[in-house]
Amino acid sequence: MKENDFIHPYIPNSVPEVRDEMLRAVGLKSVYDVYSEIPERLRFKGVLDIPEAIQSEYALKRHVEQVLGKNKTCREYLNFLGAGCWQHYVPAVVDEIVNRSEFLTAYCGANYSDVGKYQARFEFNSLMAELLDIDAVSNPIYDWGDAAGRAIRMASRITGRNEVLVPKLTCPDRLGEIRQLCQLEEMSNAIAVILVAHDPETGLLDLNDLNTKLSDATAAVYYETPSYLGLIEDQGEEITRMAHKKGALSIGGVDPISLGILCPPGSYGADLIVGDLQPLGVHMSAGGGQSGFIAFRDEEIFIAECPLEIYSIMDTVEEGEYAFAEVRSDRTSYGSRDKGKDWVGTASGLWTIASAVYLSLMGPKGMKEIGEVIIKNSKYTQNLISSLPGVSIKFSQPHFKEFLVDFSASGKTIAQINAALLQEKIFGGKDISGEYPELGECALFCVTEIHTKEDLNRLYLALKEIV
Amino acid sequence: MKGIKLKKYHAPKYDEPLIMEIGVDGRRGIMVPQVDKEIDDTVGTLEDLIPAKSQRKKAPALPEIDQYHTLMHFLRLSQMTLGMETGIDIGEGTCTMKYSPKVNEELVRSPQMAEVHPLQPEKTLQGILEIAYELRNYLKAISGMDEFCFQTGGGAHATYINACITRKYFQERGELGTRNEVITTQFTHPCNAATPSTAGFRVIILPHKNGYPDLDALKSVVSERTAAIHMTNPEDTGLYNPVVDEFTKAVHDAGGLCFYDQANANGIMSVARAREAGFDACHFNLHKTFSSPHGCEGPAAGAYGCTEALAAYLPVPVVTKLSDAYHLDFDRPKSIGKVRSFYGNLPAVLRAYAWIRSMGPKGIKTTAEISILNNQYLEHLLSQIDGISYPYAEGKPRFEQIRYSMAKLKEETGLGSHEIQNRIVDFGIQSYWLSHHPYVVPEPFTPEPCETYSKEDIEYWATAIEQACKEARETPEIIESAPHNQAIHQIKDFSQAEDADRWAITWRAYKKKTKK
Amino acid sequence: MKKKIGLIVNPVAGMGGRVGLKGSDGKKIHKMALALGAVPVSPKRTCEALNVLSGIQTKIELFTYPAEMGQDEAVLCGLSPNVIGSIQKGKTTPGDTIKAARDLEKTGVDLLVFTGGDGTARNIYDAVSDRLTVIGIPGGVKIHSGVYAANPVKAARLIIDFVTSPSKIALQTAEVMDIDEEMVRQDKVSAKLYGYMKIPYERGLNQSSKAGSNPKDEMFQDEIALDVIHNMDPKVIYLVSAGTTTKAIMDKLKLEGTLLGIDAVKNKQLISADLNESAILQLLAREPETPFNIITTVIGRQGYIFGRGNQQISPAVIRRVGKENVIVIATINKILSLNQEPFLVDTGDPELDKELEGYIRVTTGFGKQHIYNVSS
Repeated sequence: MKENDFIHPYIPNSVPEVRDEMLRAVGLKSVYDVYSEIPERLRFKGVLDIPEAIQSEYALKRHVEQVLGKNKTCREYLNFLGAGCWQHYVPAVVDEIVNRSEFLTAYCGANYSDVGKYQARFEFNSLMAELLDIDAVSNPIYDWGDAAGRAIRMASRITGRNEVLVPKLTCPDRLGEIRQLCQLEEMSNAIAVILVAHDPETGLLDLNDLNTKLSDATAAVYYETPSYLGLIEDQGEEITRMAHKKGALSIGGVDPISLGILCPPGSYGADLIVGDLQPLGVHMSAGGGQSGFIAFRDEEIFIAECPLEIYSIMDTVEEGEYAFAEVRSDRTSYGSRDKGKDWVGTASGLWTIASAVYLSLMGPKGMKEIGEVIIKNSKYTQNLISSLPGVSIKFSQPHFKEFLVDFSASGKTIAQINAALLQEKIFGGKDISGEYPELGECALFCVTEIHTKEDLNRLYLALKEIV
Repeated sequence: MKGIKLKKYHAPKYDEPLIMEIGVDGRRGIMVPQVDKEIDDTVGTLEDLIPAKSQRKKAPALPEIDQYHTLMHFLRLSQMTLGMETGIDIGEGTCTMKYSPKVNEELVRSPQMAEVHPLQPEKTLQGILEIAYELRNYLKAISGMDEFCFQTGGGAHATYINACITRKYFQERGELGTRNEVITTQFTHPCNAATPSTAGFRVIILPHKNGYPDLDALKSVVSERTAAIHMTNPEDTGLYNPVVDEFTKAVHDAGGLCFYDQANANGIMSVARAREAGFDACHFNLHKTFSSPHGCEGPAAGAYGCTEALAAYLPVPVVTKLSDAYHLDFDRPKSIGKVRSFYGNLPAVLRAYAWIRSMGPKGIKTTAEISILNNQYLEHLLSQIDGISYPYAEGKPRFEQIRYSMAKLKEETGLGSHEIQNRIVDFGIQSYWLSHHPYVVPEPFTPEPCETYSKEDIEYWATAIEQACKEARETPEIIESAPHNQAIHQIKDFSQAEDADRWAITWRAYKKKTKK
Repeated sequence: MKKKIGLIVNPVAGMGGRVGLKGSDGKKIHKMALALGAVPVSPKRTCEALNVLSGIQTKIELFTYPAEMGQDEAVLCGLSPNVIGSIQKGKTTPGDTIKAARDLEKTGVDLLVFTGGDGTARNIYDAVSDRLTVIGIPGGVKIHSGVYAANPVKAARLIIDFVTSPSKIALQTAEVMDIDEEMVRQDKVSAKLYGYMKIPYERGLNQSSKAGSNPKDEMFQDEIALDVIHNMDPKVIYLVSAGTTTKAIMDKLKLEGTLLGIDAVKNKQLISADLNESAILQLLAREPETPFNIITTVIGRQGYIFGRGNQQISPAVIRRVGKENVIVIATINKILSLNQEPFLVDTGDPELDKELEGYIRVTTGFGKQHIYNVSS
């Protein structure tokens, strides 16, 4: 072996003897005979400006651990952040399964070689369908906001209309994704995003304002329950009825972990349901665990306009055997290039398996219990915090797991409060005073099943010191 | 292939029922934390806490299974999945199915990555921000671009933000009214046509001339209406377009922007870059070229890079470094805004960082060189098989992949790439992928034997193809009824998936449609 | 259940002899006539296809006409056909083809296979219109009709899939074209569009994710129509040429357009249908201030956009409208079927043909255009 040889454990043919034997077989002196296709002027000359290789696996691991070690975690700190990425317990069996090499590394194997993947995906669809009370679920996309935007575009194509009504109090990032997908107004097929006000007292969608804005141009009404600010929107049925009356579709956004105790939009006729899978067995990973699902009525028009992959259970030549295949594959941008509906790409498929395992472990009782412990822990915290002077809970409507705490009367800013909480190794709620200045100095707190009574009391005591 | 013996493989076959069909009422897979008694006593009942209209009346019909059997079920499903690591996954060309190092998985699962909330204060995220910032620097070196962002959730998503950035760029210049066309080529990934279309552009597709994108056709079509070109190089055919800079020049001369889809970058890293070819922006798939696992079609990550001129338009936030601390910069008034929540898929960023650190400049060069060599070697073996060929540009070498055709085999035996695909999985290798639409090359398949695969893997793979082609001639019934060694038999009738009365996307729909 | 297949062989595909040496294309026609005359091509081509079919003979029931009209070829290839009807051996006429097609329709065949040229296709069309699914085995050298497979083996493969794997197969419409007698009398070779029949094609069904099947033509036609309508200018008169792709526009506008004729549309209303050349010229003369657009598509196997099947749009019409006002639409399947060969124009005016050459934009979907080359 020459000094210059670079043999790497990830590259079996980097061994010079093997490489030379292959070169001989194909009749080349070097691979630069192939690179000669690239004219001189397009060549990169010189050495890439990146650090030299860390050769041993151990040293690499030490190095990366040392850098990553600069992160603080939600294990060391008591976390009350949510707002689209929520800290829930991930059962050990979920991790065991999603980390299986076969699932982790599978990609687009066809019907037979990856049949287990397809079955798990079909089971995900089936479990979600029960949770949401609706018959069709597609492959997921990047996250909730993207799923909402896709659903709105579907609704626009289905109805041939180009306005969508969206609650003003939608998560700004989510609204940003929706706006991005609904396009700049200069574009020929733009969808106008019209914001609907909330009732200042309850925080729920203002149905009078909705009624004023609903028209023959409305493709869909989008609403959320629980909403961005954690409110249980109990007017879903009425919103759906109002939308349908005008020939518009109803799109419900949901946090799926609430559905053991909260009524699913499918049960009162919502046409499309979107949300994020992350609460169902996916680690937060600094926002890397997001996955947006779309579910809809099992009608041909919805399938035809869905941009994402959809799989059906299939019969094989052997009686009683299950197989799976893509439904109407010419719909997607893979199937028919630029003629598909929007585009589809590698997005977040592994998290369907995490969610399938999660829902299977939980069963109906687990889902009910987790909903119950979340809503009760949350209420307990709301009661504690609102007993502090100058501190109140914004909006009178009941909350599920998140709630807005108004510190305006305390004379302190959220930035000051959160800095002080950080001293106590507590990540306080998300500061939304910049997003919605009209609401005052408010922070969005998230309480889940991972919080014990002691954790919640600790938050209370810390806040008591601060305000 | 002489001397290569195909394995007597059989996939695990469990006749596993659907999860919806198993379980017994009352069994539990896991216990969740119970409500503390004191809390329970003070907050009231569920009926008190949930408005009547929002209470779930009927429990979801989820199965009730104990933990051991839940695990067993999904373990079996995993075993009925060949995946990449057991299946010599050479066949999924354009996807660069490379090895995802296990040490990187350990790092991703550490609490310092997995148990981190994206909205934590910046100073508690310094580790992952440093990694993102450094990866940005490495990708700048590999592409020659000036800035990178990692917010997009996949490769197609990155091409989408290029369309959004193009939109914003021309809106600012007051030219969006006229510049409403995005050009792409026949052998560029279809998302490059689909995403500008979603963003509201008209899409123009250039034909190819003997396998190369047609420069004259481009020149005939660029105008004051041209907003951008989206193209790749090498294209899906494996051919490198040696006048790619004339394409970017023609578009620049017309006032348009040039985007380089670098999904096919594995074979040219450290040899050719976006910068020298004149591109304004490019993207890499961290789950292809930089080793993040494909995970049953995601989570994925697109790394989008651009020149200084476009950096202002990047989605927020962008990771910056000031003195010794790393920051998330949201204060970018020209930004297109958000395309994904938070900061993208940072675990994929971490894996890409670790992979590059394990490689260094030499390793990356070796990666590219060996991926090219492996492809030449596979071509050498497949070319000896009667019935297989590849069209266009005879005598020109292909880079990291080739779009082959089984048209001759099909003509002679009636069996083509679809049928052969069903058979090769019987030899314990992952099924191959055919082609993006439209099938310009008839009876296509597109293997990409990247640097992960050994000489022996490539020989085994070619032998499996050779055997299947031989059977197509000698014992066609074996091919026609394949697969034989898989977890299931052949699908009876694909038209089931085309018929609304017979397709079923969920178990509850299946029960309704079959009246079970 | 066995599939019933009908077979008709036109033992002497007639078109070569009929046009003889007339027209600019004479040499090729002559060569073809010689080839047909010297060695009967149709029987040989039929056998090339039937030999491939022998593998599925237990799955089909073959019905055919006597002697050289199918029986001889089938028996030669080891098939046992049910023979119906009667002919005068060695003296078959187009009338026999028509009669055979009608008789086979009565036996309830699932697929009618025929060998011949454009004249044969036309006879079959006259007999059964678009009621039957058909596929042609090309018996000639130069064929305009789209109902023929590229070669006999490909025809046989389609028949096999039609019988054994119906889910791989979809149906699409294809043109029946034949030499235009009127033009022949003017010493010009040109093909006229007579109608459309249903043929099977392989969808290349691929069920893995990331790669789909070849979508059906109707899906594209629908999108193309949407695009054209979306971009219609109320001031412009549109001359909508023949073909199913252009017809989709009329259907979407809910207008009573013609499949084979030229229709004029303004402000999404039909102003007149089925115009011949002089009617178009009169319309142009009546509306000197009105801008006109021509909407044309690819007609026939060889990729003509002008001069085959839409001769009503004459050089004078094209010049008056202006070549920059020609909108070409085509489905991607149609473009791919040309195998990289350019679109053709043969307006009868060589100078105009030259002017029409070069790269053009072809609308292939909503907001989508392909660039394609035109040659004369």
